[in-house]
Amino acid sequence: MKNTAKHIYTALIFLFLYAPIATLMVLSFNASKTRSKWGGFTINWYSRLFQNEEILEALGNTLLIAVVSAFVATIIGTIACVAMTGMKKRSRTILMGITNIPMLNAEIVTGISLMLLFISMGLRFGLGTILLSHITFNIPYVILSVMPRMKQLNPSTYEAALDLGASHVTAFFKVVFPDLLPGVLSGFLMAFTMSLDDFIITHFTKGAGVDTLSTKIYTEVKKGIKPEMYALSTLIFITVLILLLLVNMAPAKNKTPKNPKPL
Amino acid sequence: MEKELIQLVDISKSFDGQMVLDELNLNIHENEFVTLLGPSGCGKTTTLRILGGFTNPDTGKVIFDGTDITQIPPNKRQLNTVFQKYALFTHMTIAENIAFGLKVKKKSKSYIDDKIRYALKLVNLEGYENRMPNSLSGGQQQRIAIARAIVNEPKVLLLDEPLGALDLKLRQEMQYELIRMKNELGITFVYVTHDQEEALTMSDTIVVMNQGYIQQIGSPESIYNEPENAFVADFIGDSNIISATMIEDKLVNILGTRFACVDTGFGRNRPVDVVIRPEDVNLVEPDQGTIQGVVTHLIFKGVHYEMEVMAAGFEWLVHSTTLFPVGKEVGIRVDPFNIQIMNKPESEDEEAVAIDI
Repeated sequence: MKNTAKHIYTALIFLFLYAPIATLMVLSFNASKTRSKWGGFTINWYSRLFQNEEILEALGNTLLIAVVSAFVATIIGTIACVAMTGMKKRSRTILMGITNIPMLNAEIVTGISLMLLFISMGLRFGLGTILLSHITFNIPYVILSVMPRMKQLNPSTYEAALDLGASHVTAFFKVVFPDLLPGVLSGFLMAFTMSLDDFIITHFTKGAGVDTLSTKIYTEVKKGIKPEMYALSTLIFITVLILLLLVNMAPAKNKTPKNPKPL
Repeated sequence: MEKELIQLVDISKSFDGQMVLDELNLNIHENEFVTLLGPSGCGKTTTLRILGGFTNPDTGKVIFDGTDITQIPPNKRQLNTVFQKYALFTHMTIAENIAFGLKVKKKSKSYIDDKIRYALKLVNLEGYENRMPNSLSGGQQQRIAIARAIVNEPKVLLLDEPLGALDLKLRQEMQYELIRMKNELGITFVYVTHDQEEALTMSDTIVVMNQGYIQQIGSPESIYNEPENAFVADFIGDSNIISATMIEDKLVNILGTRFACVDTGFGRNRPVDVVIRPEDVNLVEPDQGTIQGVVTHLIFKGVHYEMEVMAAGFEWLVHSTTLFPVGKEVGIRVDPFNIQIMNKPESEDEEAVAIDI
């Protein structure tokens, strides 16, 4: 009895959480243009979506920005973690606190601040400014996922590599980096996801005529909601869902022992 | 003694204003098993790290085979280190771990394969090439760490408390293994430990350290039988350390009673410390003893009984295979050559330590 109640309660929570998204997904396959009536199953909206050049361009921008910003942020974030490990505990704690602030900060504040900064620097708004702002807000997420791996490292392994004759660079890439890799990968995926679904910061730092998917949807919706937007939103949701699953699976995968490689 | 291989000259080091090593001088010979022994914080690990090149001394020089290597980084030194927590590369197989140093030096594949086989044979882990480090026990991991170091043919192997994480039985086995490996390799071992038993079992030379100073350098026998000060006496094994007065050569006043001893050259009526090992205190019938006392504690220790005897206002620690029950009156006798006379510590630091422990 108690268990049944528990299950019903959980089911209700998930219903409320996912009912809107489910509605959206169902509507994206609805042949009828009105939302109130089911006109049969179609993938027409998806094919229309992929014929829409503006949307495809926005998709291209989104992917480009997500990949590049996540990649750059991963490099900067990983280097930051290495540096912070070498610091005294006090300075490290302070720095960790500072890097956490942008994650908690309201996105609109980050967006407007970046916009003002870019204006004062005289930068031309466009893909470049979006990229810069995405790198900026992605770095903390990378640090957040690399730092725990860094702390688990046995500091002696680096010294052991030096002791065996390796240079600092070889020691880092052959010995330290492979141990950090799961954290680095999940940091990259997290940054990619964050960049992919960001709207507010992009909205304030993009130039006229340059759009990512999220800003494109926003403009389209203002003109009136077209069923293609349901299809697009569904695709974004599924992509983010898959990425999040990957992020969560990355550390778990590391625990299973690797097959020994032949030398 | 063979020729000197390493000289540490006037090495000083402090961390955050805290003096860790103070003008340390030490010579290490070729093919010697040297143990740096002392309580934690005595500077023994720092000394080893200075040898390995991981820590730079504030002042002083490290001379290796006649060359000053103080400023040479660890990857250019002809020494290899076995770290306390093994420090194996967990994402590599055992063979890859052992091959690491050789690959860095761009040795040929056949040379590397030979070396891996040889090293695994030396540490008794043949056939473990393709295992991952985490699938090995602590003792096995430590052997791999040793194998990984020795394939590089170092002239000196530095070992930083390598047996610290192992259980007692395994530790004793590994002590014999280490001695065997050292003899087989014919290289110098510099070994850091806080375990006096390990030091006594394995070393040719023991360097007892405390608070950044070397307290005594000598063979295990001389360190145990002839400690130079109260710290060494107390740190190495159990002992009775008693304040006494040297009346003249070969005669000492301990707790108001005259005891014959064999030491000379301390002058007349000089205050000294006397060390008597618990196994050297002989318990006899009261009328046959030099002084008389009462047994106050008794513990069975396996090989012997450990007793405490209250005599002349001092609690004597006694190890004996004969049982004397608590409350029994006994006499105490000590053979002259078992009484070790030491100078009173000169600095207040040493005094403080002697009392602390």
